[in-house]
Amino acid sequence: MRQVLGDRKTIAVLLAPALICYSLIMLAPMVWSLGYTLFSGNPIRGFSFAGLANFDTLLHDPKSGQALLFTIKYAVTVTIGQVVLGYLLALLYVFQLKRSSGLIRTLVFFPVVLPTVAVSLLFQKLFAIVPQDGPVNSLMNLFGAESINWFGGGGRAFLVIALMDIWRSMGFYGVLLYAGLVDISDDVIESARLDGAGGWRLARTVVLPLSRPVLISALIFSINGTLKVFDSIYALTGGGPGAQTSPLTLHMYRTAFAYGDYGYGATIALSLTICCLLVTVAVFRGSRQDPTA
Amino acid sequence: MIIKTAPKRRQTVLAGLCVLGLAVGLSACGDSSSSDDPASNQVEFSFLGMPENTTVEAVLQTIAAGSCATDLADYPLKTSSQPQASYDQQLQLLAGNDALPSLIFAANTPSLAIELHDGGYLVDIDQALTEVGLADAILPAAESVLRSLYGGDLFTLPAEFNIEGIWYNKAILAQHGIAQPTTWDELTAANQKLADAGVQPFAVAGSGGDGWNVTRLVGNHIFRSLGADAMRQVADGKAKLTDPEYLASAEAVAAWGQAGYFGPAPTAVDYATAMNTFLTGQAAFYYMGSWALASFNDPTQNQIGDDNIGFLPFPNVTGGKGSAAEVPANAGMPLALSSASYDAGAKAWLGCLAQNYGTLALRDKGQITGFRVFDPVADLPALTTEVQDIIANAPSSVLWFEALFSAQATTTAQTNGGLLAEGSLSGADFMSIVQADLG
Repeated sequence: MRQVLGDRKTIAVLLAPALICYSLIMLAPMVWSLGYTLFSGNPIRGFSFAGLANFDTLLHDPKSGQALLFTIKYAVTVTIGQVVLGYLLALLYVFQLKRSSGLIRTLVFFPVVLPTVAVSLLFQKLFAIVPQDGPVNSLMNLFGAESINWFGGGGRAFLVIALMDIWRSMGFYGVLLYAGLVDISDDVIESARLDGAGGWRLARTVVLPLSRPVLISALIFSINGTLKVFDSIYALTGGGPGAQTSPLTLHMYRTAFAYGDYGYGATIALSLTICCLLVTVAVFRGSRQDPTA
Repeated sequence: MIIKTAPKRRQTVLAGLCVLGLAVGLSACGDSSSSDDPASNQVEFSFLGMPENTTVEAVLQTIAAGSCATDLADYPLKTSSQPQASYDQQLQLLAGNDALPSLIFAANTPSLAIELHDGGYLVDIDQALTEVGLADAILPAAESVLRSLYGGDLFTLPAEFNIEGIWYNKAILAQHGIAQPTTWDELTAANQKLADAGVQPFAVAGSGGDGWNVTRLVGNHIFRSLGADAMRQVADGKAKLTDPEYLASAEAVAAWGQAGYFGPAPTAVDYATAMNTFLTGQAAFYYMGSWALASFNDPTQNQIGDDNIGFLPFPNVTGGKGSAAEVPANAGMPLALSSASYDAGAKAWLGCLAQNYGTLALRDKGQITGFRVFDPVADLPALTTEVQDIIANAPSSVLWFEALFSAQATTTAQTNGGLLAEGSLSGADFMSIVQADLG
C-alpha cells in the first residue's frame, strides 16, 4: 500500500475524478465570478471591461450598506440563538433526559428536514393578518391585544425571520453539540462532582471547556450559514417590505439576475466571501486562546 | 505490517478502472434529453406562462384543440409557469443560457424586453406576421401603444389591450349617497365618507412586487397634474421625481394611506386577495386594468354581480394639466416569440394565434386584446362592451408610472408601493429612493 500511495501516477489517477469534479463545479465558477467583478453587463447585452468601477460602486452604494448591516444583524442574532439554544438542548439531552432523549431529539430535529419554502409558508400563515388573522394574531386578540401586520415593518419582519430560522435549525445544533458532549468522559464529570462541583459551576469549569472544540465548530457552521442566508428570507418576506429585510445574498441575486448587472452582482458576492473568511479566521484565532490561562 | 504490493499490471488495471469510472460519471452528468424517438416527428411549442395570468394558456389550449388542431398536430403545446414577481429573472437566466421557450411574456420591465430584442433574442413581429400573411392582425391602436413602449419597434404581440381606471361597487356608493367622483378631491371626500361609515374605501395590493397597484395611483396623479409627458420628462432627465410638483402626487397617495383608505395592512395583501376583496363587496373602489374583466365576468369569483360594477376614469386633479380623457392604456403582458426556436412549428403557431386569439379571448374570457377580431362575437357582457366603447372613443392614452424606468427603479418603486399605501413611508421618501435608482 505504501508503494502504491508513493507512486505519483497512482495518486494522480486516484485524485483526478474528485479533483476534476470539484474544479468544474466549484473552482471554475468561483474564478469565473471573480473575473466578472472587472466587467459590467450581462449575457443579453454583452460585457464591457469596467476596471475597478464595480468596487467603487460597492463602496458608495447605500443599498449594499443597508444589506450588509441587515446581514450582520441577522447573522449575529440567529447564530447566538441557534448555538445557545442548541447547546441548552444538548445539555438537556445529556444531563437530564439521558438515554430517553431519543424522541425529544427527533421531534426537535424534525424542522431541519422540512423544505425551507414549506416552513416559510407555515410562518406566513402563522403570522398572517389578511385575509384572516393567523394563530399568532388570534392569540393576541384573545388577550385583548390588536392584530399586528408582522410583515409590514422591517423590525417586525426581522423578528419573524429570526424566530423561524432559529426554530428551524436549533435541532441540528442540538444534535451536533450533543455529539460533542457525549464524548466527555463520565469519569471526569464524576470526579468534578466528588470535588464539589455541581450545577452552574460544573457546567462552567468542566463541561464548557471540554466541549469548546465542538462549540467552535458549531459557531463557524452557524455564522457562515447565516451570513449566506437566502432561501428562507426570499420565501418568507422576499426581502420586504421595501428592501428592509434584504440580506447581501438577495441584493446580489437581484443585482445580477433582475437588474442584469452581473459584474456588480459578482462584486457583492466577493464582498460576502471576504466577510465569511474574515469571520471564520476571527473565530479560529479566538478559539486558540487557552480559556484556563 | 508489510502489505504485499500489487504488481504493475494490477496498477494499470486500477488506473484504467478509475478513468472508466470518471468517464461513466461524467457522461451521467450530461444531457439525457438527446434520445430522440424516431417514430415521432413532433416538435414541442413551449410557452412560459405565469400563474397570475391564466387567460393566455387557456386560449392557447383552445387554439390547439380547435380549428388549428390539424395545422398544429405536429407542434404540441408544452406549458410551464413562473410567478410574475420572478419572471424577469427567469427570462434573463433562460436567455443567458440560450434556452428561451418558443413563446414568452415580454418581461414585466419594458427595458428588459428592449434588451432582449436588441440582443437578437426575439422575433421581429412586423416581418413574421407579413410572412404568415396576417400583417393586419394587430389593431393600429394596440400597435401604437406597443411601439411607444418599446422604442418604436414591434417585437411583441398584444395578448391584451387594456385600459386602466377605478372600478367601483355601485351598490356601496348608492347606499352611502356618493355620486361618481370626477376629481381627486371628490374621490378623497368619498373615501372619507366611506371610511367614517366603516367601509374600506379602496382594495389595493401592496405585498412585495404587487405594490405596482399603488404606484399606478401615483403615476396617474402625476399625469393628471402635470400632463401626459410628465414621466417622459423624468426618463429624459429633464425633471426629477423629487421635484415639488412630482412629490405632491406621492404625498397625495401617502395621505390616503395614512388615512387608512387602503385597509389595515396593504403590505400583506397580494393581487389575488385585493381582487377578492373587491369582488366580495368588502371594498368600494379598486384600481385595476381591464384585464380584470376575465375575473369580473366569472360568477365564481365575482360575488357582487357584474352589473354592480361601474368604471370610473382616473379623475382630474383640480388645476392640473392632464385630463381624465387621457386613458391609461397598455398591452398588459405582451407576448414575444423566441428567435432561437422560431421554426416551422412556431410559424404555424403564430399564424393560428394571429388569426384566432382576438376572437377566442373575447368569446371565452371576455378579454379585449390588441388582435383584430376576425369572427365577431355576439352577446358580450355589458362591462366588456363598455370597455370596448371607452377604448374606441379615447382620444389619447398615457402609459404608467414605471413604464420608462430601468429594472432596478421599477423594482424599487413596486416593492415600496405597499409601504406608501400603509402610510409608513412618506411620499418624499418614496420618490427619493426611486429617483436614486434613476440616477
